[in-house]
Amino acid sequence: MSEEKKLFKVTIDNITVEVEPGTTVLMAARKIGGEVAPPAMCFYSKLEGSGGKCRTCLVEVAAGSTADPRPMPKLVASCRTNVMDGMIVKNITSERVVDARKGVVEILLINHPLDCPICDQAGECHLQDLGYDHGAEGTRYEFKRRTFKKEDIGPYIQLHMTRCILCYRCTYVADQLTNKRVHGIVERGDHAAISTYISKAIENDFSGNMIDVCPVGALTDKTFRFKNRVWFLKPVNAHRDCTKCSGKVTLWNRGDEVFRVTARKDQWGEVEEFICNTCRFDKKETKDWVIEGPTLVNRHSVVSQGHYTGLEMPKETIQEVMNGRKPKLLMNIHDVSEVNKPEIDLSAIQGPAHSEDFK
Amino acid sequence: MGRKLLLEKAHVEGIRTYEVYRREGGYRSVEKALKSMTPEQVVEEVKKSGLRGRGGAGFPAGMKWSFIAKPEGVPRHLVCNADESEPGTFKDRYLMEFIPHLLIEGLIVSSFALGSNATYVYIRGEYAWIAGILEKAIDEAKHNGFLGKNILGSGFDCEIYIHRGAGAYICGEETALIESLEGKRGNPRIKPPFPAIKGAWGRPTVVNNVETLCAVVPIINDGGEEYARIGVGKSTGTKLLSACGNINKPGIYEIDMTISVEEFIYSDEYCGGIADGKRLKACIPGGSSVPILPANLLLKTAKGETRYMNYESLADGGFATGSMMGSGGFIVLDEDQCVVRHTMTLARFYHHESCGQCSPCREGTGWMEKILKNIEYGKGKPSDIDLLWDIQRKIEGNTICPLGDAAAWPVAAAIRHFRDEFEWHITNPVAAQQRNFGLAHYADPLEVAATA
Ligand code: SF4
Ligand code: FES
Repeated sequence: MSEEKKLFKVTIDNITVEVEPGTTVLMAARKIGGEVAPPAMCFYSKLEGSGGKCRTCLVEVAAGSTADPRPMPKLVASCRTNVMDGMIVKNITSERVVDARKGVVEILLINHPLDCPICDQAGECHLQDLGYDHGAEGTRYEFKRRTFKKEDIGPYIQLHMTRCILCYRCTYVADQLTNKRVHGIVERGDHAAISTYISKAIENDFSGNMIDVCPVGALTDKTFRFKNRVWFLKPVNAHRDCTKCSGKVTLWNRGDEVFRVTARKDQWGEVEEFICNTCRFDKKETKDWVIEGPTLVNRHSVVSQGHYTGLEMPKETIQEVMNGRKPKLLMNIHDVSEVNKPEIDLSAIQGPAHSEDFK
Repeated sequence: MGRKLLLEKAHVEGIRTYEVYRREGGYRSVEKALKSMTPEQVVEEVKKSGLRGRGGAGFPAGMKWSFIAKPEGVPRHLVCNADESEPGTFKDRYLMEFIPHLLIEGLIVSSFALGSNATYVYIRGEYAWIAGILEKAIDEAKHNGFLGKNILGSGFDCEIYIHRGAGAYICGEETALIESLEGKRGNPRIKPPFPAIKGAWGRPTVVNNVETLCAVVPIINDGGEEYARIGVGKSTGTKLLSACGNINKPGIYEIDMTISVEEFIYSDEYCGGIADGKRLKACIPGGSSVPILPANLLLKTAKGETRYMNYESLADGGFATGSMMGSGGFIVLDEDQCVVRHTMTLARFYHHESCGQCSPCREGTGWMEKILKNIEYGKGKPSDIDLLWDIQRKIEGNTICPLGDAAAWPVAAAIRHFRDEFEWHITNPVAAQQRNFGLAHYADPLEVAATA
């Protein structure tokens, strides 16, 4: 008898996918991709037990399963809710979700210092992206924001607790990648803070990964602080023989200079493989690395601007010369020419189109 | 006079000691259960009794017990939630302090029903002296063969351990309680898995309130059906209420859930009326987190019917015009009390007690407190009321555990029913610093919409 695993069918925003039992709604939605995937500020697929805290990934379950099609009364955290066969989920198609998410974003920002102009994370900050995609233009919060003192946790990492959104990811890194430790948070409520317990984790070879998992600029790389803006750097994939980790990294260069080293990140902003502190902090010369080629950067990311320094966007003039009328599409050359395979959806290509894309 | 099941013997001299408690018929239910019943039969009796959890949520206890997973070779645990921290609620304290053996007795029978050989009582840190009382009771019970190995020759082993909390409201949430019991930071867990499947140390666990476990004793003694005969509808048995606020006789009362709210407040048997002959303005009938009601909606439902002291009647009308039985903390406010100030105090409490794990509760509770403070101290703006409403709406239902809801509901109910008092505070900031809004129209009879 063949041991075929039964797959679960789940419909998210009217798109159906099949996933293995035990998959979370969030991971199923990521399989569909695009806007259907709820934003996740605390969940991290590589860190066990993460998620459930930030509440940005809330979704509406319109039908629990084929067997029990009742809707769930409350919105649920998609990162910690497993799919059931026949489940129907609404993410951006649910007004309740859009409304609740807007609330969560506002709430995440009320105590955030909004010091992006002096924050190293700017340009690759998930909170910036989240605010941009789901937040309101202004805040209704008119009180003093909570502040903390900056803290050095070891020679390489600086903690800027004021920016922290208490996603707990770094504590899971401390717990799971470094020597066993359970606690990482002291105090409670809106005074809760990442604690010095973590400073002890710097003894460990993998503590630097906290910087990569931190969605905001709360944990920053001291060897890179204030050195450069991420969008002025050019990320390239590189590797080296490392005895402690895979040695597969992204170098952030300007000219020949390596400004920083990070793990490689996937399209959801999660690292592919955790890297060791030697690779991250000590190997800052091109000769230490074998360069593979440019890192694929989402073309909507500000980082991709770095590839085209000096390029000037032409001004939109058509509307102007047509007395304000919008141009009409007369012919889509891509569709009628046989040169570049018309079945390829140009907008689905990540980054600038390349001959590879049309093979 | 209503029937007493829990407090019947509360005033017998020396009831705190084993000898007197036993002489008065104590530990009969242990003998009955262990000698003549199977664990399943005990669960069955509790189901028949219709007993609902007395901690606040009111979930049927027998049903909760039947959910516990029974994997082969894995120990199960019963944990007693004695982390009574809801403002206005102090009934469990009374039970544990004055009739500790009643709880121990209930714990032994319930442990037998659930197959728990190691049972824990998680008691709030501030009840420091009560932990000692319970430990003494455990020693006495053990000395007399009701705890330990092979109890009454039944082959059932049971030990009870007292665990003192460190003083956090959040540890009353059952999964936070379990985390704290395990020695960790008291953060609520993300569910599922529920404790019945994976609780303390990853083992199947049932967490019950003190009063619930005490009620198991009369249920086993008299039978579940007999117990269900007391009360009305789905509100069976008796319920302890801790009455406080502006009443003549604050204290613990055992009621059989057939009396009206009016009788409870005004009769001499219970609260004895409002202190100093003042008029009733509002009341929170079930502990600080349930919706506050103005006098007119408290005594009569929106349909114009008399409101009774039971689960269904208090909840009649939903949150729009009703409230909840909750944990039984009955807080009475007279005409001189200020609802704005009162709401601010509660908001401060929930802000202080939020664990800080999930963002809506961590940030939202503090925000609400700050706005309420502004309104109370004459710095409010007209837009603040709608803002408060929106914040509580964004917290409610979107958090990991019910603390978020508990923080949102009092604010929502205060605005729903006392909006004009809030407005008065904002439009008359100077006067609001000198006097109270007073009773206003909150006790006026309501017009009942004619039913077709
Ligand atoms: S420091 Fe960063 S990773 Fe750690 S809890 Fe705060 S936001 Fe999350
Ligand atoms: S990503 Fe799901 S709650 Fe944070």
